[in-house]
Amino acid sequence: MLTKRHLLAATTAFLALGAAALAQDSRPAAPAQAQAGARFITVASTTSTVDSGLFNHLLPLFRAKTGIEVRVISQGTGQALDTGRRGDADVVFVHARAAEERFVAEGFGGPRRPVMYNDFVLIGPKSDPAGIKGSRDIAAALTAIQTKAAPFVSRGDRSGTHQAELALWQAARIDLAATRGTWYREIGQGMGAALNTAGGMNAYVLSDRATWLSFRNRGDLDILVEGDRRLFNQYGIMLVNPQRHPHVKQADGQAFIDWIVGPEGQKAIADYQINGQQLFFANASDTGA
Amino acid sequence: MSGMRDTPSVLPLTVSGLAFEAGDRRLVDDVGFSIARGGLTVLIGPNGSGKSLTLRLCHGLLTPSAGTVSWAAERGTIAGVKRHAMVFQKPVMLRRSARANMLHALAAAGVTRGERAARCEEALARFGLGVLAERPARLMSGGEQQRLAIARAWSLRPQVLFLDEPTSQLDPGATRQIEEMLAALRGEGITLVMATHDMGQARRLADRVLFLHRGRLVEDAEAPTFFAGPASPEARAFIAGDLVW
Amino acid sequence: MDIAQSFTAAFGLILGGDPAFLAIVGLSLTVTLSAVSVAAVIGLPLGALLALARFPGRGAVIVLVNALMGLPPVVAGLLVFLLLSRSGPLGPLGLLFTPTAMVVAQALLVLPIVIAITRQLTEDLHAEYREHLASIGLTGFRAIPTLLWDGRFALATAILAGFGRASAEVGAVLIVGGNIAGYTRTMTTAIALETSKGDLPLALGLGIVLILLTLAINAVTYGASRVGARFAG
Repeated sequence: MLTKRHLLAATTAFLALGAAALAQDSRPAAPAQAQAGARFITVASTTSTVDSGLFNHLLPLFRAKTGIEVRVISQGTGQALDTGRRGDADVVFVHARAAEERFVAEGFGGPRRPVMYNDFVLIGPKSDPAGIKGSRDIAAALTAIQTKAAPFVSRGDRSGTHQAELALWQAARIDLAATRGTWYREIGQGMGAALNTAGGMNAYVLSDRATWLSFRNRGDLDILVEGDRRLFNQYGIMLVNPQRHPHVKQADGQAFIDWIVGPEGQKAIADYQINGQQLFFANASDTGA
Repeated sequence: MSGMRDTPSVLPLTVSGLAFEAGDRRLVDDVGFSIARGGLTVLIGPNGSGKSLTLRLCHGLLTPSAGTVSWAAERGTIAGVKRHAMVFQKPVMLRRSARANMLHALAAAGVTRGERAARCEEALARFGLGVLAERPARLMSGGEQQRLAIARAWSLRPQVLFLDEPTSQLDPGATRQIEEMLAALRGEGITLVMATHDMGQARRLADRVLFLHRGRLVEDAEAPTFFAGPASPEARAFIAGDLVW
Repeated sequence: MDIAQSFTAAFGLILGGDPAFLAIVGLSLTVTLSAVSVAAVIGLPLGALLALARFPGRGAVIVLVNALMGLPPVVAGLLVFLLLSRSGPLGPLGLLFTPTAMVVAQALLVLPIVIAITRQLTEDLHAEYREHLASIGLTGFRAIPTLLWDGRFALATAILAGFGRASAEVGAVLIVGGNIAGYTRTMTTAIALETSKGDLPLALGLGIVLILLTLAINAVTYGASRVGARFAG
């Protein structure tokens, strides 16, 4: 591929420069590092877990118990798995089961442990040009949107939500490649940006409930379709394979996984609420999830 | 003065077959002369006669296209220290105080830190620049800047001082001050080589005259002889004011 | 009005003294000032060298450096990301998603600005000083310290331009820092995050604080260099 090769060439050219800069700058940045504490792990996770505030609730509890600091990088699921593949995180905590299983099968990490689920909701303008409000059938709702060519914003970023959205179009037997037009707008950005865009264009958008509940710029948007079983969204967690990336903090990373699928972590997840609504439903014991 | 006589001299300076070309134009052509110790030699001639270039070639700022500039001591240095200095038509003042300008030149010349301060104060006092010491050099008047430039050059203890039209941009009062400084330096035994196109100045200061015209040395004479009656028609025309270039 | 709310949010942030907010401001300043320092330490001498050196291809190098002033932050971030990733050539250093990585990325963005402006200023100053410096023995590259010192007030502009670029960018620090709460979250990545959370007043409020900080630093530098320049002439 053109881009990758060119990037590598450019990288090589800047290598000397980068090394020089590194030698210069290790000193000024040192205080920030020292202050952050010695024992930490890096978790690649999704925008939904970060933006919803779940980690702000979980991590202090985990740290109080173990003394381990957790540094969370929020990315789309696809990007988070890639971060794990490159060895830039110790633990991956995402929500796209098929992609997670591929990650494990390729030997990049695992085993995958189910943690919790939340659900997706179909958001749209209150004016509801496709006339789908109150439906519990997501497939029928998407068919109505496509038929009326009502504007629809797609994440388009290989995130878990994007992959779930694509699966739902399939469930509705709509061939996007064949039928998409200007009504279908891929933005290639995170959940919040997608909601902002949908609000600005009076468009429909699929969101996870957690991000929606904590989202502040709702404008004229509202939940139009919810409750379909096909909208459930399962999260899984995996340790990055230490055989492949020897620097992976196996013990501390495993401690985090054990805690989050154990009784304390599961209870903490169930306890997390926004405006009295529970956002995530712990289900680590459901081995089939 | 007596101290100077004791140290070896970089003079005489011998210039022979000197040429300088820019592009396909020969701006200095086959110039030859010798400068012995003492006195003030004036390079005179109309604009474009090659006076300034000849000074720069002697001082080593330019590399000759042909010919040689040779000193009695290697490249005009004694014990590794350059013993000739130069003052320019438009004084080059660093963006610092007068004192810092002088200290900078002394540091560049390799003078030790302690001696720099002493020499600097000596030069400031010697030329009555003490009151200006803390002034930003670039905010001083043209005359003050040129006096500082000469004092700065003097502090380097040159045996030879090249001056390129040092008063051409100054008013008569400042010009007189500079000329008094030059006379004093000459009295100290410093050998002065100055380019000028000011005939009056040449008459007032010169011991010897080198008359250049179109890049060639046309006449080389003692000043009284030259001013009594130049041998060449070009010099006669120049003195009469007919020859401007 | 969202705008009015933003100003309220901004002053709330400034006056509130929330430690998390102060940590974000502190990290932003630390990263950006470190990056600018690194770029200055490398870029000032390189810019001066480029001003004085004569070699084949010099014109091409100058054009390249000038063009790199427009290097997109995302591209700089991506380069540093690929270098520092565990799977990249400098992976063993374990610097990805650290403030150090952010400093490297921003230094890369600032460096071309410092080099290009230094080159231009030094060249102009050298044209004025060259003969005198050569006369007192400072030929060639030995003129550089004098030129940098005498150009220091004008060069402050180069540094400020670099500071402005670094403090305003989000693309590079987001990629190499990861926007980790309490560790690599800066003003700009926090703004991006709050925007994505739909809290636009808070996002703009953070933006206002950032602008005020930039304004303060510019004012101080400008004032200092004006006073200094007047003194030095």
